[in-house]
Amino acid sequence: MRANCWMGVHRVEVRDVPDPKILNDGDAIVRVTSTAICGSDLHLFDGYIPTMEKGDVLGHEFMGEVVEVGKGVTRVEVGDRVVVPFPIACGSCLACHRELYSLCENSNPNAGMAEKAWGSSAAGIFGYSHMAGGYAGGQAEYVRVPFADVGPIVIEDDSLSDEQVLFLSDIFPTGYMGAELCDIQPADTVAVWGAGPVGQFAAASAALLGAGQVVVIDRFPYRLRTAAEHAGAQTLNYEEVDVREALRELTAGRGPDACIDAVGMEAHHGSGPIHAYDKVKQGLRMETERPHALRQAITSCRNGGTVSIMGVYGGMVDKFPLGSLMNRSLTIKTGQCHVQRYMRPLLQRIQSGEIDPTFVITHRMPLSEAAQGYDIFRHKQDDCMKVVLNA
Amino acid sequence: MGSARPGNPTTSEGGAQATTADPRGSDGRRGGGERLAKGLAWFSIGLGVPQVLAPGRMNRLIGVDDSRQNRAVMRAMGVRELAGAPGILDRPRPSGFLFARVAGDALDLALLGAALRAKGSARARVAAAAAAVAGVTVLDVIASAKTSRSADPTTGERAVRAHGAITVNRPPDEVYRFWRDVENLPRFMAHLESVHGQEDLRSHWVARAPAGRTVEWDAEVVEDVPGELIAWRSLDGAEVPNSGTVRLAPAPRGGATEVRVDVEHQPPLGAVGAAAARLFGEDPVQQIKDDLRRFKQVIETGEVVRSDGSPDGTRTQRQLHQRHAQPLA
Ligand SMILES: NC(=O)c1ccc[n+]([C@@H]2O[C@H](COP(=O)([O-])OP(=O)(O)OC[C@H]3O[C@@H](n4cnc5c(N)ncnc54)[C@H](O)[C@@H]3O)[C@@H](O)[C@H]2O)c1
Ligand SMILES: [Zn+2]
Ligand SMILES: [Zn+2]
Repeated sequence: MRANCWMGVHRVEVRDVPDPKILNDGDAIVRVTSTAICGSDLHLFDGYIPTMEKGDVLGHEFMGEVVEVGKGVTRVEVGDRVVVPFPIACGSCLACHRELYSLCENSNPNAGMAEKAWGSSAAGIFGYSHMAGGYAGGQAEYVRVPFADVGPIVIEDDSLSDEQVLFLSDIFPTGYMGAELCDIQPADTVAVWGAGPVGQFAAASAALLGAGQVVVIDRFPYRLRTAAEHAGAQTLNYEEVDVREALRELTAGRGPDACIDAVGMEAHHGSGPIHAYDKVKQGLRMETERPHALRQAITSCRNGGTVSIMGVYGGMVDKFPLGSLMNRSLTIKTGQCHVQRYMRPLLQRIQSGEIDPTFVITHRMPLSEAAQGYDIFRHKQDDCMKVVLNA
Repeated sequence: MGSARPGNPTTSEGGAQATTADPRGSDGRRGGGERLAKGLAWFSIGLGVPQVLAPGRMNRLIGVDDSRQNRAVMRAMGVRELAGAPGILDRPRPSGFLFARVAGDALDLALLGAALRAKGSARARVAAAAAAVAGVTVLDVIASAKTSRSADPTTGERAVRAHGAITVNRPPDEVYRFWRDVENLPRFMAHLESVHGQEDLRSHWVARAPAGRTVEWDAEVVEDVPGELIAWRSLDGAEVPNSGTVRLAPAPRGGATEVRVDVEHQPPLGAVGAAAARLFGEDPVQQIKDDLRRFKQVIETGEVVRSDGSPDGTRTQRQLHQRHAQPLA
């Protein structure tokens, strides 16, 4: 089959690889119909997530048709149309029982690697490095899906297009969880750093969950426009205004009740010296993150407020405003999304017409053009927000 | 790691610790650790010098803009890199300095893959690090763990002991029954080929040894408290005398079980001893951790969990030599 493979930093290539096979009784093989490129894939593309191997098949946002099931599978059948959540979860461990699916204790065969870096491991993830299990991803014609009875959600309603449900695999639940973790009260102000797809869904979800005011921060006007249109957000371009001052003005000096980081480890900084400092340190692997957005989210948050970190970080950070966090009684909430927990309720919101996730899609192309998709998305060319690949 | 004492069980989930009382073994390790440490020191110098003298070229190498300001940052980091090196080179056993280095660097993930892959001599590892320019820190960690383990002042008997603990989401009775049926053990203990129960308390064990050889022995259950404890021991005449105990206790959360395992073996002298050491895992801590992880997978999900990169499931050796994450041909 054809699959999009990581071939080194800034290099992906659609190549011939073997077809996937059933390895465990609980597996299904899915013929991928639609798959997407995520901001998380850019961290791999740019070489900031360790333990990638040349040839690894990428992709953790995908859906398609079940074409084969292992002998232990009972809840999905050949022919079912399924959306697959990006964290791989067994459904039987203590974490899964607590619905903390991205912390599944059994799905990462390489947990030992993650333990070295993080103390304990988290769940396996499709197409997301060997530290996250070494699973081939879904930017491919076919993909092996472990624990098929636990993760995939069957879409029975044929009137829903792929594009309407594809993002249940990651970014819609991720944005939603980012907002849910903020425990939003009516009239709360929620500020979201990053107007990428995750930030868009975080902002839209904050509005759905009753925030009084949603503020979205980025530097790309086209992305900020989308946030204004679809989440009714106020927008701040951090290259034009002092974000902290602007947020204080919007909240009459208090600061936002909740701040969501939807940027992650490759944040950009308007001010040269600080960006240079972090970029050199990150380049030399002396810190693994460029945490500009997170620093600003922490220092902007109101006293006693919540900072929800949805952007992905990998290792160690420098110049972290711990004093601000501690002395001002902030709460940090974070995690890889527990996608399985949100798929059904969010599918209902899509079916009821409360939200149409297709608004983030700007580019559609065949899988064979994945490399170009990565390039356009990475450079935010052509007003790119989200690339969907059709296999 | 490496500060383990016998009879001091760890209580953390999935924790494990080992004791080695074999002075030869630790000497061998110290050699490697020290060479690695010295190599790292030279690497520090190797990295620091160009950072200080040619910051522009270093900037281009790592892909940042070569501005005046970036050069200043780069130069400052070079000074820091150089400052760490003499501490390592000065010392016969540079553990402390290495830990200082680790602390200063901030754990680097980026090289984890490369550091794990480069298995050969210390020099090869350092070369791999130099080639990557990045991620010296993980090497630092590896070197720290090795040198301090060899510095462990254990004397006396030569037994190798390891302890591990894990929490599984199954009731103690079920865990007990699973473990008591010794034929289940090879499903999660990677070095075992088969275990056959004979009469009530006896069993015959076959383990895989290097070079396609197998080692066999008979064992018996010496203690058996349903739902709480099973202890076994090889019978007289075993090439590698060994024993083990598994203790079970209800976990604080409903229905789950805390599993604590102690195993011990007496490596014989000479070449057989070396082979036996490998048979029982070069790193008994890693091995018991892996075994417990697989045990958890099997009892909770029914199978050892496989991925494309680790098609045989959890196994530290496999983690060092990953297949790429592409479907198996
Ligand atoms: N936690 C999870 O489960 C999960 C799931 C999916 C994605 N993610 C992460 O979410 C993050 C965003 O993903 P995405 O797909 O939206 O990516 P994206 O690259 O499209 O969006 C990131 C946005 O952040 C903006 N940005 C950069 N620096 C900024 C700063 N200092 N202040 C404000 N905005 C800034 C960029 O301009 C960009 O628009 C990534 O880190 C991704 O890995 C996390
Ligand atoms: Zn994603
Ligand atoms: Zn699980």
